[in-house]
Amino acid sequence: MSLIEALPPWAAVLVGVLVLLGAGFACVGSLGLLRLRNFYRRVHAPTLGSTLGTFFMVAACVVAFSLAQGRPALQVLLIGVFLTLTTPITLMLLVRAALYRNRVEDGQSLAAPEPGDDE
Amino acid sequence: MRRWLPHPLMAGFLLLVWLLMRGSLAPGDWLLGGALALGLAWAFGKLQPPRARLRQPWRLLPLALRVVYDIVRSNLAVAGVVLRPRWRGRSGFVAIPLELEDPYGLALLACIVTSTPGTIWVDHDPVRRVLLIHVLALADEAIWIDTIKRRYERPLLEMFQ
Repeated sequence: MSLIEALPPWAAVLVGVLVLLGAGFACVGSLGLLRLRNFYRRVHAPTLGSTLGTFFMVAACVVAFSLAQGRPALQVLLIGVFLTLTTPITLMLLVRAALYRNRVEDGQSLAAPEPGDDE
Repeated sequence: MRRWLPHPLMAGFLLLVWLLMRGSLAPGDWLLGGALALGLAWAFGKLQPPRARLRQPWRLLPLALRVVYDIVRSNLAVAGVVLRPRWRGRSGFVAIPLELEDPYGLALLACIVTSTPGTIWVDHDPVRRVLLIHVLALADEAIWIDTIKRRYERPLLEMFQ
């Protein structure tokens, strides 16, 4: 029996809505990665997927697996914890690499860029 | 106490992770998880991490609620920017003078700033104590400096420094 058949109808609807919401935020984030104009702007967009996108997916998983297994399935919450703890590391690595490259290519000093516009 | 449990927060977190992963509270899981947590916390101590001093840990709760509220709000704001056909806003860097020096406080601030869509942590200069962030929809630098300092830095200062 598949998971979705093991759920009562109200729960299947709830899980479906949560999954769609999560997928929607992740999709808008990816769309932003495509549409925004420069690197520093683009790097903002995928955080939609790693925050609300992940939240709705995790919520859907908790509801679906808790009901299907008959006991609270809370291990999925760890995905949220580890994603929140590790996203800054990758993001900072990317942004600092971009900053370094810009400074070298523009022949600027490696001091901090001037606050203000990025264009 | 300190000798057997040198890093109580770390050990507690590891035990919680183990119990969550196993999805059970059986005595065997407490035992194995507890042993793992103690061993790993001891190994963590061998890395000689700077000592964390967290005062008034209950203050984390209102901060967490505030951050969740901000994350939801800025998710919608960034989605609006992405979906609007012709968005002509300004974005750019903001330099923020920080008083916060504690590495754990700064790490938490980094998590908050990057988890909130629309702002990213770019660079932190520990000598000049200036944090550089990039803001997607930047209307006024002063508002952002004030927001970061008042909403996030102040509670972190009270807890970590």
